[in-house]
Amino acid sequence: MSDKPRKFKGGVHPNDSKALSAGKPVQDAPLLDKYTVIIHQNIGAPPELVVKKGDVVKKGDLLAKASGFVSVPLHAPTSGTVSLIDKCPGPACVSVPAVTITADGEDAWGDCLEPIPDWPNTDPAILKQRVADAGIVGMGGAGFPSHVKLSPTKPIDTLILNGAECEPYLTADHRLMLEQAEDVVLGAAILARILGLKTAVIGVEENKPDAIAELKKLAGKYNVTVQSLHVNYPQGAEKQLIYALTGREVPIGGLPMDVGCVVQNVASAAAVAEAVLNGHPSIERITTVTGEPLVNPGNWRFRLGTPVSKAIEMAGGVSVQPAKLLLGGPMMGFAQNTLDVTVMKNTSGILLIPVETASQYTAEPCIRCGRCVEACPMDILPATISQAVENERFDWAAQLNVLACIECGSCSYICPSHRPLNQQFKRAKAEIMAARRKQQKK
Amino acid sequence: MSDTEPKAVQLPDATRLVVSNSPHIRGNDSISKVMAEVLIALLPAALAAVWFFGLHALRVMALCTLGCIAVEEIWNKCAKRPSSWKDGSAVVTGLLLAMNLSAGAPWWICILGSLLAIGLGKQIFGGLGYNPFNPALVARVALLIGFPQLMTSWVAPQPGAWTALDAMTGATPLGASGAAVATLKDLFIGNVGGCLGETSALALLIGGAFLIVRKRIKWQVPAAFIATVALISGLVHHVNPALTPPAIYHVFAGGLMIGAFFMATDMVTSPMTVNGALIFGVGCGLITSVIRIWGGYPEGVSFSILFMNALTPLIDRYTIGKPFGYIRIKKEAAQ
Repeated sequence: MSDKPRKFKGGVHPNDSKALSAGKPVQDAPLLDKYTVIIHQNIGAPPELVVKKGDVVKKGDLLAKASGFVSVPLHAPTSGTVSLIDKCPGPACVSVPAVTITADGEDAWGDCLEPIPDWPNTDPAILKQRVADAGIVGMGGAGFPSHVKLSPTKPIDTLILNGAECEPYLTADHRLMLEQAEDVVLGAAILARILGLKTAVIGVEENKPDAIAELKKLAGKYNVTVQSLHVNYPQGAEKQLIYALTGREVPIGGLPMDVGCVVQNVASAAAVAEAVLNGHPSIERITTVTGEPLVNPGNWRFRLGTPVSKAIEMAGGVSVQPAKLLLGGPMMGFAQNTLDVTVMKNTSGILLIPVETASQYTAEPCIRCGRCVEACPMDILPATISQAVENERFDWAAQLNVLACIECGSCSYICPSHRPLNQQFKRAKAEIMAARRKQQKK
Repeated sequence: MSDTEPKAVQLPDATRLVVSNSPHIRGNDSISKVMAEVLIALLPAALAAVWFFGLHALRVMALCTLGCIAVEEIWNKCAKRPSSWKDGSAVVTGLLLAMNLSAGAPWWICILGSLLAIGLGKQIFGGLGYNPFNPALVARVALLIGFPQLMTSWVAPQPGAWTALDAMTGATPLGASGAAVATLKDLFIGNVGGCLGETSALALLIGGAFLIVRKRIKWQVPAAFIATVALISGLVHHVNPALTPPAIYHVFAGGLMIGAFFMATDMVTSPMTVNGALIFGVGCGLITSVIRIWGGYPEGVSFSILFMNALTPLIDRYTIGKPFGYIRIKKEAAQ
């Protein structure tokens, strides 16, 4: 592969605001008195609880076991007592079941999974089972169980590690690649072995030259390649990343394996290395706590179940009242209405948006300028679909391929009339899917 | 208080957090910024008009702009809609209307034009974004049909003379004897009779280039428009020089420049897709050439753009490209 940065069609260039936290090394968050771990942290079936109130658990012990193939187990973030099993605020502003562990302060590991130091000579099936047992999911935001992606039903020739981190503000993956480059590259090599591949490619946006350099130092040793990517949002979207690196288009409604690719997040890869070499399950992650209102933004290694309020405290609190609290980045993150929501496996960022940038807009008429058409990475026509949705013509919206929309928000970002395009498409997709389900029932 | 004493950490007030859908940041573009850039792009042409036609040009521009703002606001009041002149679209329409009038246009033509542009061209359809036709061109064509004599009698250009006003004949360089009416250099810099904005190709090119660089217009529209006119007129002149002047006259004379860069590119009334823009431009060029060479009017730019405006929804519909990852849908349908 050439050294020229790779790119995709469309996209936008928001101010990346990464300087707030990019230079801050990852700190280990201090041990808290208690952790409220949300049980359902993955896409797919929620895991089945195996502990009850009053149980004593060690760090890394099983809290809930996978309840099917597309499901992952959940492990205790520290040693202590299960003090409460109740509902707690979830990331989508609705209450979800959670286990509260009151820490004993010893933070002692339980009987962990057996380390597999000789992984290059281990059966790939055993390595894959380890990924499943460690409860590893896509840590870039989706939370899709990693072992499912490692069980493709079609031939695979390319393993891609996603280190694009194209969301503004977020620097968690950047710091990970810089400080734990060996874990990332090792994880890539292990994942490649599971898939029966000789090599893997790590894609990183070229605005992280230090991380690229660090990865390249180790790349040869583990036979992986590092490819720089053009800085353009949404470069880290799975389909756009695959296109940039291989020139292949994932079919609409299809999966990366349809074009022979498997994509894993770099943090997930590092978690795989940790699970295989040390036998540690996925109980912590690096999260960027950032935003202009914060006194001291930075990157922390949080245990699952750390309340957002504690994370904000660690970042020195706020100097002014923010307009929004988000989990994830500003383009695709979820707005929260409470500080009691807790860190999950896919919480890449805790972001406070200042009042100045979160201004409320009134939507004005579409002037058909076509900026959204240029920006759309999926080559659909946001302005026309918006018209269809406004007229409640969801059949028309479906004809215009609204289902291909990846909800990246580029169209809403660029629109001079501040139209709520992304919101309209989410609604259209929900309406179309509901209508199809209804039709299937008949 | 000592320095080591920890300060109280202030947490956000959760009750004041806004919950809304993503994206949570927006680009800083707006309709008024779009319109402001179109006005900036029109500035060279406006200055050229004042240089060649003096204060009369300024009078026409002021009357049309204020007229359009007034009509827009009166209409908003009657329709109980919020004030909208600040978005700048009425100002742009007013200035474009002025660019389509002669420096000698009487005051009532300016006001009637404003009424036609904003009322008949835009507000009657629901205001900004909903008009199928370019408002300034609706007014121009309505005036041309209603007052053909007034709309085709030009004022002779008198560079630097502020108040002189010499009427001249309606002879146009687009006639068969084009070269006799004006030299090529005069045509290019604008030292010819005509509408305010039609004359200086140079000033219009500067403004058009600005809009293309700022990505406010699709370069495909003016490129296809002008190339088509040049090609057809060139061919016809080659075959029968007596019928029409050389292509270069067709490109620099009349309303082609302002039409191609400022009228045909109007966002609301032209296609959104790149392929659509090409078809739109070629269509405009084709109709303009036919009217100019064989039609009853010496100029066909306005008619061609209005005609293509009517086709815009159709063009948009048939130029929807294939979305990213379309291959699969096709395969499935075949199965």
